[in-house]
Amino acid sequence: MNLVLDIVSWIFLCTGGLLGIIGGIGIHRFPDFYSRLHAAGITDTLCAGLILIGLGMQSGLTLASFKLVLIFFMLLFTSPTATHSLSNAALHSGLKPR
Amino acid sequence: MSHNLILRIISKFLIPLIILFAFYVQFHGDFGPGGGFQAGVIFSVAFILYTLVFGLDSAEKIITPVVLRILASLGVVIYAGTGVASLLLGANYLDYDVLGKTPVAGQHVGILVIELGVGITVASVMILIFYSFAGRDRD
Repeated sequence: MNLVLDIVSWIFLCTGGLLGIIGGIGIHRFPDFYSRLHAAGITDTLCAGLILIGLGMQSGLTLASFKLVLIFFMLLFTSPTATHSLSNAALHSGLKPR
Repeated sequence: MSHNLILRIISKFLIPLIILFAFYVQFHGDFGPGGGFQAGVIFSVAFILYTLVFGLDSAEKIITPVVLRILASLGVVIYAGTGVASLLLGANYLDYDVLGKTPVAGQHVGILVIELGVGITVASVMILIFYSFAGRDRD
């Protein structure tokens, strides 16, 4: 049981890390602002979420995993809002999507 | 300002949580990572977020710069006053041992009061610096 939990949590951690790397490559390689924001915003939420789920499986039902749940909800609300307000500001200051 | 709808709703929801976290960092400072400086900065971040979203004028209605200046000096007074209190109780300056019944209890009281003073000063000075930067193009 412990081994299964360990394997599943490492699958979550590695997938989250991979998504983070993919997001970084996307920010670096995509041509314009909006597609870069898309790469950052999409991978950011899922990457952080998967890493937090993996860490929560590692720590078990403790105070640490409750704090991880709080961080997860914090990111769930703030990260899309940050992406939205960035793209909103770019659109209102006159940057046209290609 | 209707294009800021999502930002306004989310920040209304987040500002109380940021202040709550600031108090957690403040009063948990003698058991774990945290303390007055960090808590003051987190506390001021709530007001800076409010100022960014709702504008400088409505933020200055909540805390005016005059009140902030008074609070900034009040924190220093609390810090120095703790030292003077321990002087009056017959120990060295900022020697917390005499503030409680036992030395350990006295040290708990002393560090809490000191960190409260630091937190008040740091928070109000951070908000004041942000106010003066944000209000540069007024005059």
